[in-house]
Amino acid sequence: VKQLFVFIRKEFKQVFRDPRTLLIMFGLPIAQIILFGYALTSEVKNVEIVISDHSKDVVSTKIVQNIKATGYFIVHEKTMGNREIDNTFKKGHVQCVLVFPDNFNNDLTHQGKAQVQIIVDGTDPNTAKTIVNYLNAIINAYQQANFPSSALKYQIITQPRMLYNEEDNGSMNYIPGVMALILMLVCTALTSVSIVKEKELGTMEILLVSPFKPVMVLVAKAVPYFILSLVNFTIILVLTVFLLHIEVKGSLLLLYLESALFILTCLSLGLLISNSTNAQQTALLISMMGMMLPTIIFTGFIFPLENMPWILQTIANVVPSKWYFLIIKAVMLKGLGFQYVWKQTLILFVMTAFLLTIALKKFKIRLQ
Amino acid sequence: MKKLGFLLQKEFRQIFRDKTILAMMIGVPIIQLMILPWAMDLNVRNINLSVVDNDHSTYSQQLITKIASSGYFRIVSADASYKQALEHIENGSSDLIMELPNGFEHNLIREGKQDIGVSVDAINGTKASIGGAYLGSVIADFDVNLQVNQISVPDSVSKPHGFMDITFSNWYNPHAEYKYFFVPGVLVLLLTMIGGFMTSLNIVREKEVGTIEQINVTPIKKWEFIMGKLIPFWIIGMVVFTIGLTVLWGVYGIKAVGSISLLYLVAGVYMIALLGFGLLISTYCENQVQAMFIAFFFILIFILMSGLFTSVQSMPDWAQMISNFTPVAHFIKLVRMVILKGSGMPDILKELGYISAFAVGLNVWAIWNYRKTT
Repeated sequence: VKQLFVFIRKEFKQVFRDPRTLLIMFGLPIAQIILFGYALTSEVKNVEIVISDHSKDVVSTKIVQNIKATGYFIVHEKTMGNREIDNTFKKGHVQCVLVFPDNFNNDLTHQGKAQVQIIVDGTDPNTAKTIVNYLNAIINAYQQANFPSSALKYQIITQPRMLYNEEDNGSMNYIPGVMALILMLVCTALTSVSIVKEKELGTMEILLVSPFKPVMVLVAKAVPYFILSLVNFTIILVLTVFLLHIEVKGSLLLLYLESALFILTCLSLGLLISNSTNAQQTALLISMMGMMLPTIIFTGFIFPLENMPWILQTIANVVPSKWYFLIIKAVMLKGLGFQYVWKQTLILFVMTAFLLTIALKKFKIRLQ
Repeated sequence: MKKLGFLLQKEFRQIFRDKTILAMMIGVPIIQLMILPWAMDLNVRNINLSVVDNDHSTYSQQLITKIASSGYFRIVSADASYKQALEHIENGSSDLIMELPNGFEHNLIREGKQDIGVSVDAINGTKASIGGAYLGSVIADFDVNLQVNQISVPDSVSKPHGFMDITFSNWYNPHAEYKYFFVPGVLVLLLTMIGGFMTSLNIVREKEVGTIEQINVTPIKKWEFIMGKLIPFWIIGMVVFTIGLTVLWGVYGIKAVGSISLLYLVAGVYMIALLGFGLLISTYCENQVQAMFIAFFFILIFILMSGLFTSVQSMPDWAQMISNFTPVAHFIKLVRMVILKGSGMPDILKELGYISAFAVGLNVWAIWNYRKTT
C-alpha cells in the first residue's frame, strides 16, 4: 500500500508538472459549460419574415402588428411573387414569407372566407414547423377575437403547468447533457493516453521490471485522474448552479456518488483504449475523434432516443453518458431519490466492471 | 519546387504506412456519415400521456378516446389521482398529465365552460411545448364537435363568418424531412474533424518525437515545410468529401440541386481554412495531448454553436457573434444552400468571402507563428 501511495504521488507530480495541460484540462470544460449553457436553446427566436401583403387592408395590417408584437419575428414588408421568394430564400436570411392575397379583407367580409398563405424555407424542418405553429396561433387568436364563432357555447380551457421548469428555460435539457458529454470525453481522453504514453516513451518496461505489481500500475494511473475529474465535476456543478441558475433539487451526496461512478466508467473505458493501442496519437484519435459525434448523438440530449431506429437505440444503450444523463436529469432537475435511478446506476456499475475486466486482460505485463 | 515534391512523397508514405490512422481518417468518418444521420430525427411523436379522470362521465370518456385516436399520443396510464400520475412523470415513462376534474361533464353542459389541468414535464422544452400544443388542438377540436353534436346547427349557420383559411408549404423540403437538414451538416462536421484534428496532431508529433529539429536544420524553407504538411491533408479531405457526396446520393437520395463545381470550390477553400486552423494550433502546442485538447475544445464549439443542431438565430447576440467567428457556421450554411436550394455564385458571395478570409487569415497567422529556429 505504501508503494501504491508513492506511485500515485509520482503520477500526480507528472500531471502537475505540466501546467499547460492542466489549464486545458480544467479551463476548457469550464469555458464550454458557460458557453453552451447560455447559447443552446430549443426556442426559436429572431425569425426573419417577409410579409407579402397584396391587399394592405385593416385586417392584414392588424395581423402584421400582432406578429410584430410577439417579439419572435424580425418583420420585413415587401410584396413579391413566387420567383422573387425563391431568390430571397436562396440568399439564406429570410426563412418565411406570409402572403395575404388581393382583396383579403373584402373576401373575408363578403364571402366569409379568405386565404392566408405561409411559405417557409423547409431546409430547416424544425424551425419551419415552429414558425408555422407561431403564425397559426397568431392568426387563429385574431380570428377568435374579432370573428367569434356564433356557435361557441361550450369551452374547455386548458390550464397548463410546466413541471420542473416554471420559467420555461429553453436550455434546461441541454445543460445536464453538456455536463455528461464533457465529463465523458475529457475523462476518457485523459486516461486513454496515460499508459500508452509510458509505452511510447519506453518507461513502461522499467515499471514492469520493478517489484511493483503490474495491476497496481493501472490503479496508480487511474487514481489521479479520478480525483482531478471529481474536482472538474465540482467546478462544472458550481458554475451550473451560480452562473446558469439551475438549482440542484435532489441530494447533493447522491449526485456526487453517481458522478463518481460515471467517472469510473469513463476511466475504465480510457484504460481499455490505452491498453489496446500502441501510440498516443491512435489513442487520442479513438477517444476524441471517434467518440465525439456518437457521444453527442447517443446521449440523447439533442435528438430524442425514442425516435431512433431500434438498432441505433441498442447502440445508445452501450453509451455510458446516456445513462448518466438520465440520472442527473432525475436527481438534479427533478429532485428524485435513489429509488428512481437504481436501474441506471446498476447498468453503469456493470459497464464499469466489464470494461475494467477487459482492460486488465488486455494489459500486457510482458515485453514482446 | 523539387524539394516540395520530396516532402510530399515523405508525408504520403508516412500516412499510408499507418493503417490505423488511415482508417481513422477515411473509414470512420464515412461509417459515421452512413449511420448517424438515421438517429437525427427531431419529430415529436408518441407523446406519453397519463390521464387522471375524476369525472368518469360520457364526455370525459369521449375526450380520452378522441385523444387516444389522434395518433400523437400514447396513453400510458389511467391514474386515480394526480399524485399517482406524477409518479409516471418522475420515472420518465410519461411526458404529460391531463387531469379532468370531478363534474367535468356537468359544468360543461350547465356553465358551458370547464377548466382542465395539463401538467407537462418541461425539462425537454421542445417536447413540452409541442406536446402541449397538440393536446390543446385535440381538445379544441373536441369542443367544436361537441357543439355540432349538441345543438346540431345547420351547416350554413355553423360556418363562422370571417374564416381565415391558412395554408402552408415547405419549400425545398416538402415533407419536412430531417435528413435534408442534417446529412449535409454531418458531412461538414466530418471534414472539419479531419482537417482540425489530423493536421495539428501530425505537426505536433514531429515536435514531440524531435524530427522537427532535423527538418529545421535542412535547407527546406518554412513555406515548403508547411505546404508539404497541408497538401496531403487537403487531398485526403477532398477525397472524403467526394465519398461523402456519393454517400449522400447513394444512401440518402440527396442530390445537389446547385452546381457541383461550386460545391467543390467552397469545400476546397474551406479545407484550406481548416488546415490553417490545425496548423495554428500545432504552433502553440508542445505535445499531442495539448494539441488534441485544444482541437477538441474548438471543434466541440464548432459543432454546437455552428447551427448544425440548434438554430443560430435563436442564440443571444454575443453567442451569434461567436458563431460568426467559426468558419464551420459559414460552411454549413453554404453547403446547405447549394445542395438543397441550388443557390448560385451571386447568392453565396458573402459567405464565400467569409470563408476565404478565414483561409487567408488563419494560414498567415500560422506561418508567422511557426518558427523554424526553436
